[in-house]
Amino acid sequence: MHSDRKNAAVIRFEEDFRKARAIQRVQFVLSAMVFATVVYVSADISQLSAERLWKAFPRMGDYIHRTLPELTLTHFFEDIAYWYYGFWRWLQLLFDTLLIAALATIFGAAGGMALCFPASRNLVKSYWIYFLCRRFAEISRTVPEVVYALIFVVAFGVGPMAGLFAIIIHSVGALAKLYSEVNENVDERPLEALKSSGANWFQVIRFGVLPQVLPHMTTYTLWRLELNIRAAAIIGFVGAGGIGQELYHAISFNYYEDISAIVLMIVMTVTLIDLVCERLRHRIIGEENLR
Amino acid sequence: MSLRKEAARAEHMAGLKAAYPRAFGLSLSQKIRLTAIWAAFFTVLFFSLDYLGVGFTRIWNGLDRMGIIAGGLFPPRSGGAFPELMGALMESVAMAFLGTLMASLVAMVLCFSGARNILPARILRFSFRRSFDFLRGVDSLVWALVYVRAVGLGPLAGVLAIATSDVGTLSKLYAEAIESADKKQIDAIRAGGGNRLEVIRFGIIPQILPVMLTNALYMFESNTRSATILGIVGAGGIGFQLSDRIRAHRWDEVSFIIIMIVGAVFVIDMISRFLRAKLIHAGKRQVL
Repeated sequence: MHSDRKNAAVIRFEEDFRKARAIQRVQFVLSAMVFATVVYVSADISQLSAERLWKAFPRMGDYIHRTLPELTLTHFFEDIAYWYYGFWRWLQLLFDTLLIAALATIFGAAGGMALCFPASRNLVKSYWIYFLCRRFAEISRTVPEVVYALIFVVAFGVGPMAGLFAIIIHSVGALAKLYSEVNENVDERPLEALKSSGANWFQVIRFGVLPQVLPHMTTYTLWRLELNIRAAAIIGFVGAGGIGQELYHAISFNYYEDISAIVLMIVMTVTLIDLVCERLRHRIIGEENLR
Repeated sequence: MSLRKEAARAEHMAGLKAAYPRAFGLSLSQKIRLTAIWAAFFTVLFFSLDYLGVGFTRIWNGLDRMGIIAGGLFPPRSGGAFPELMGALMESVAMAFLGTLMASLVAMVLCFSGARNILPARILRFSFRRSFDFLRGVDSLVWALVYVRAVGLGPLAGVLAIATSDVGTLSKLYAEAIESADKKQIDAIRAGGGNRLEVIRFGIIPQILPVMLTNALYMFESNTRSATILGIVGAGGIGFQLSDRIRAHRWDEVSFIIIMIVGAVFVIDMISRFLRAKLIHAGKRQVL
């Protein structure tokens, strides 16, 4: 009697298990088929074939080989000097690039600050103000910097100004979104305390919200600086200033050794600044956690 | 009486002021310092802007042209090239998809060489990590231009460019996921007599697979954005049409293309968010 009931339960379980497995298997086969179709269609659209891919690799290897400088042990320093014949000019262009990124981050942070409070649901009564600010931020960050740069080069002429404005607009949108998400997570109690003692909207923001969100805002801004340096390094491709223009020329006119020299300079600078920013971010967040 | 009260109050206030100086505003020296800092900041800002050639006259003249451009952006018009634009947009999305797919397949193999608990040899691991940083540090637009020179114009260059810079990013993320994998399951496989490969297959991969897939989906989203601009250097996708229209000052078509790009990015974000939610959900169900 007892074993019969157990057997029934076991049988039911096995049946359910088999059913679940069957459903899982069907789901797996279906998603695998969908995935394979998407891969096939994408490969078809972008005219990618195994054969073309296979041919591309040796050519790429050949290209990279050509960009490498000839360094010999006997004339090591002369070779380095020959490789980096344009060092001082490139250094200045790199400085321009960093300056564009830094200024864009400063103005982007200022713009983001101005926009983020009306774009926080908990800080504005009017839904329309919130909605408009959010959409504005969304549009300005969805369009890539390079597209803005292309347009501004037409409006403001070739030069760093176009690039600066392009990165500012993108930064404003990106930072406003991140800042306002921080704002929406603040502790409401200090805000109510300020309101009940007669503070106006600006005072509530200044003394209630800002002290709570400033550490997060700073970390986001430092992160933006890293991204802006990368952006500033390439906007020169469309004539908007910085070292990108020099790199574009080097690649377009096949000055092979210049390519590796400039790319190495950019990568080293970017890595260095990433490291510094990471340290700073950890320090700021660490302080915040201690409080 | 009242005089004495007043005096007592003044004394009390003075005491408070001495005890809590910060509550009564900044002291004179603090005010001077703060003003000096801001003055220095604005001076540096001014000279930096001047150095980059940002001046009021240039901005003013530019705004004039900017007004013309902004006026031309509306209403957006396809210029009768909608099928062509749609095809180019699909090409961008396909490039992003294939690039991400290739990158995540390569990264799934490479990432083990960057993880401390798999490759304990410090020098080897360090050099792998630095190569990832190098691939990641060069923007996909630079890779695209290089590939255009190396393998010719077209979407193949774009796919390879996206894949190259993503191999760096994804290998790094995957390596970090492996390093933070739970050690207990690894130990269990090892204790059961599993060799190195079995430890990876049954101890680590089940733990990190959801992380890998979510990160790959994130990269797909951001690559859709980058794939829309790679065409500017001739590496396929809608960027070519966009830069072409901007150079020809056909602003109504520019705004049309931008709207198309924003829409495509929006749709891809939605699909990716849906899939990520599903993956996380599936991962939880498996634990139960």
